[in-house]
This record gives sequence, structure tokens and C-alpha cells, in this order.
Amino acid sequence: MTIDINIVEEGEELAKPSQAPMTGAVSAAPGRRRGKRPKLLFLRNSKAVAGLVILAFFFLIAIIGPWIAPYDPSARSEDVLQPPSWEHWFGTTHLGQDVFSQILVGTRGVIVVGFVAGILATAIGVVIGVTAGYVGGLGDESLSVLANVFLVIPQLPLIIIIAGQLPSVGGVTVAVVIAITGWAWGARVLRAQTLSLRRRDFVEAARSNGESTWRIITAEILPNLTAIIASGFVGTVAFAVLSLITLSFIGIGDTGEWNWGTVLYQAQSQLALQRGAWWWFVPAGLCIALLGMSLTLINFGIDEFVNPRLRSTAQNARSLRKRGIRPRIGFTPVVREAKEDRA
Amino acid sequence: MRFFLRRLGFYVITFWAAVTINFFIPRIMPGDPVRALIAKNQGRISTDAEAALRTLFGLEKETTLWQQYLDYWGLILRGDLGTSFAYFPTPVADVIAGAIPWTIGLVGIATIISFTIGTVIGSGIGWRRGTWADSLLPISTFFSAVPYFWLALIAITIFSVTLGWFPASGSYDRSLVPTFSWEFIGSVIYYGTLPALTIVISSISGWILGMRNMMVTVSSEDYVTVAQAKGVSERTVLFGYAARNAILPQVSSFALSLGFIVGGTLIMEIVFSYQGIGYYLFTAVAAKDYPLMQGIFLVITVAVLFANIVADFVYGVLDPRTRQEG
Repeated sequence: MTIDINIVEEGEELAKPSQAPMTGAVSAAPGRRRGKRPKLLFLRNSKAVAGLVILAFFFLIAIIGPWIAPYDPSARSEDVLQPPSWEHWFGTTHLGQDVFSQILVGTRGVIVVGFVAGILATAIGVVIGVTAGYVGGLGDESLSVLANVFLVIPQLPLIIIIAGQLPSVGGVTVAVVIAITGWAWGARVLRAQTLSLRRRDFVEAARSNGESTWRIITAEILPNLTAIIASGFVGTVAFAVLSLITLSFIGIGDTGEWNWGTVLYQAQSQLALQRGAWWWFVPAGLCIALLGMSLTLINFGIDEFVNPRLRSTAQNARSLRKRGIRPRIGFTPVVREAKEDRA
Repeated sequence: MRFFLRRLGFYVITFWAAVTINFFIPRIMPGDPVRALIAKNQGRISTDAEAALRTLFGLEKETTLWQQYLDYWGLILRGDLGTSFAYFPTPVADVIAGAIPWTIGLVGIATIISFTIGTVIGSGIGWRRGTWADSLLPISTFFSAVPYFWLALIAITIFSVTLGWFPASGSYDRSLVPTFSWEFIGSVIYYGTLPALTIVISSISGWILGMRNMMVTVSSEDYVTVAQAKGVSERTVLFGYAARNAILPQVSSFALSLGFIVGGTLIMEIVFSYQGIGYYLFTAVAAKDYPLMQGIFLVITVAVLFANIVADFVYGVLDPRTRQEG
């Protein structure tokens, strides 16, 4: 049930020994825990909750942004290069455009491209990764070489040369290009995990019961990959957001379509730095950082949810310090649920 | 030995894939932007150069695709990447050759510094988990979430525009003639400090996080407990037992994430107007200089492949298991 993320990171041989202490801690009270397992364990993780709240906020802005924007983001006005004020919260550009409105309106483009690319890339990754891991043999070899080739080839220059040669680059096109170049990491991780699941007892049992391959994959293997698929998805969204913003920043894509990258592009090309117009590029960067942090926090939450060793480190740090224990080498991690049960 | 041969085979395949992608991209794109550019420069391009461009971008409709592919390989292997439009009539290969030492010097050194420092800090934090050192984690999360180029913008605002400590753009003092004099080298270092610092700050968090998580995992291994129990000094346990094993995945992830890092740092060069590959890629995109764009992509890929081979070699030295199998 518990999936050790290390297997995923480093192939089977390195991680096997490290699994032993962990399963020991988890199975300390095997019988009693079943049934009483707390629901929504994931949401008890403060990191995950913080990440989800920030992400929900940006989702809201993405939906209502264009309506609540105080000005038309492209409309020029007399107030040229104004620092932040009550009329213009984030100041104005060299043409008197309202930066706050540009950011509000631009959120939608960022979120849409990020999630469309994330969903597409995850889909490709799941299909290729699970197939490679489950089929094995020559099919596995060739699919993993394909994934590794895409991992090693620098994605950003590849995206640039593809997007740079397209005659018109809308948001969805960029999303598709990012997905085509960015699926490999998820596929690699999923393949490693499928490989280790494939020979587990419950899969063997299903196979000897005569279940079809399709059913084994969808009903036995995929549910056990949920956490990894989720964390791969979140990671890909973060990658897609960064790629989109970088592309817009260097002027690839539709510059009439607002997103945080185009705001930065304008700021850079209109010499905002030299004019000291910090309000022009600081908010967009902070938004990117916030969104990226929320995604990273969600991923930390998933990691800790999946790997109890990391969880116990994070949750018990303060209580350990209070008791004067310094967590170090050979320190057996105690899962909180197990401890509560024993008491 | 088998390990290295396998890896080498993989890199040959990757190189082939990169060249093939490069071959097909202009051919599957709608429209014919290159034809227009050639027509615009009619008479200024020599017939040889024009033929090379036609081969590179698939404008020879009369030959078969296979023949075009073979011709394309012929050009690539001879190092002919076509003629740059933006820097007409300089061949692309010459433009890239002029830019690449700057990139390797800046991005290469900064990446190695960042990897080394990040790994050391990460092992320290992982070792002392649950103490104040853990509070460094949220900070590094922040730095891993912001785009590299935005940090560069902030760095310029603070250190160049406001404080005036470092120049905001360029790679050396333009009044100097590039020679191997101390004055020139000093100028290169002075101009390179801020970009290098920004690269280190923005990429270091990834190494810290990776190493920290591996240290947490490794330090509860039995062999670490045994080493501690038999009274080996803490220093030796930390560096000889725990960090020694935790660094292995770190090296292999170095190889894999190199492409990502290089992509990010190339954009940095644009912000700093640093005359490396990234800056030329930017001008090529702006000027729709397709031969230069594709040439740069190929060269970056080859450079990343070389770095990967080096990382594999280091991994082989560090991990005896790769050398054992016959």
C-alpha cells in the first residue's frame, strides 16, 4: 500500500533496503488500524493545505479576473509610468496601462496553458510509462530510451525552435508544444513504479484469476500509482507555467494575449529596469513565485503523504525538540497515527 | 565497461534523435518562411550557401525525403549549419563558435559551483533535520519556484541600477581589446560576477532539496547506524557513510536536469545581454533567423550530451557497482 518514493527516484536496487525500517513502523499495529483509517489524511498536511488554498485563489482570479479588473489592460491613459497608488495598485506602464489589470487578466492565460499542458503531458506520460513498465522486454527498452532522449534534450530550446517557427502561436498551441516536450519525466517515474508493482503478489493473484490485462492495469496498477501521477501532474503544471512565461518573456507567442510573461516582456523591452520602474516587473514575478510555491507545497504534501519517513520528520520536529531529542542517524521514524493507536 | 558502452549507445541515439527532430521541424511547419528570406537575400547569398540552406530547410522539392535526409546529415557532419540571416553573411557555425566559450565559461562554472555548494549545504541540512536548518527549506522552495530570468531582473535592479556595484549588461569592458591580459580577464570576471551569482542563487535550491531528502533517507540505513554504534567519528559517518551514498542519485539527477538548467540559464544571458549562446538564440528568434535557431539548438544538445557523458563517468567512479558487472 505504501509507496516508497525512493524506488521511483533511484531504481529498485538502491531503495530496497531502505524500505525495511519504514514498513516496520507502519505495520506496528496492523490489524487495528484497518477501518479506523482517518479520512482525508492528505488534507491534514499543512503544506498541502497551504498550497491548495493558494492554487484555489489563482483559479478564482483566472475565472473572474477579466471582470474584476479595474481597467482595460491594453487601454492607454495619461498616467505614464506612475508608481503604485490608490488609482493604480501596481502602477502603470510607459503607455499608461494599468499593471494590476494586466496581471488580473493575464492569470487566465497562465492557468489555462499550465493545466492544459499538464493534463496532456500527464496523459502521454501515463500511457508510455505504464506500458513500458508493464510490457517489459523490448517494448520497455525502446519506450524508456524514447523517454530518456526527451529528458536529455534541453526542453526550452526545443520549445523555442518549435514555437518560433509556427506562424501563429496561441495559448493552446504553446500548451501542446510544452506537453509534447515535457512528458518524459512523468513517464520515467511511472515506469519505475509500474516495474516494481508488476510482480507484487496482488497483481500476480489477479493475473492467475484470469483477469484481462486491461483490467489489471486499470483496476490493480493505476490506483496504486495515483500519488505518483498526481505529483507528476503538479510538477508538469509548474514546468508548463515556467515555460509559457519564459516563452512570452522572450517574445514568442501572441503578444496581444495578456499573461504574466508578456507583462515582463514589455517591462524588459521598454527598459523598466533602467527607468527604475520596479512595480512593472515585481508583481508578475511574485505571482509566478506564489503559484510555483503553491504547486511545490502540494507536491511536498503528496511526498509526505506517500513517504511516512518524510512525514514524521516534518510533523514531529517541534515535539522532538521539546523533548530534547535530536533526530539523527538510525532514528526510527514514528508515524503519528501508529503512535496514537498504541496510546 | 558494459555500463559505459550502454550509455554511449544511448547518447548516440539521442544525438541522432536531436538531428532528426531538427530535420523534420522546418518540414512539418506550415508556410515557408525560409523561402521568403532567401528570396529577399537573392544575389547576396553565394550559390553554395543557398544550396546548403535549401537542404537544411527542405526546399528541394524535387529530391526524395530520404535523399534530403542523407544530404542533411552530410552537411551536419561537415559542420555546415547554413548561413545566418541576422548576421549575414557569417555562417551559423562561426556565429556559434564565437558565442560558445562565453556560455561554457559562465553557465558551466556557475552550474558546477551551484551543484557543489548545494550538495554540501543539503547534506548538512539533511543530517541535522528537525533543527533550525529546516527553516532554510521554505526559502529554497521560493527560489526554485521563480523563473531564473526574473531573479536576474531583480539582481540588476538592486546591484546595478540602485547600488551600482556591477554593470547591468555585457560581458567585458568594451573599451578593452580582447587579449590575454590581466586587465581584460579582470574585466571579464567583473562583468560575469552578477550573472554567475544569479545563476548560482536560482539553481542551488534544487540541489539542496535533492541532497537533503536523500540524506534523510540514507541516514536511517543500517550501515549508518552500525558506523555510529562502533564509534566512528561523526565527521566520518557524515561524509564517508551517509553523504557518500546520498550523492549517487544527486549525480544522476545532475545529468538529467542539466537540460532544464541550461534552458533556464540561457534566458539569463538575454537579461544580462551576455554575448553567449542564449543571447544569440534570442536575437535569432527576434530576427526570425531560422538557421541560427536550429544550429543553436543542435549545439546546446551536443553540449548537454557531453556534460551527461562526464556525469556518467563521475557516477561510474563513485559507484563501484557500475564497474563490477563484466
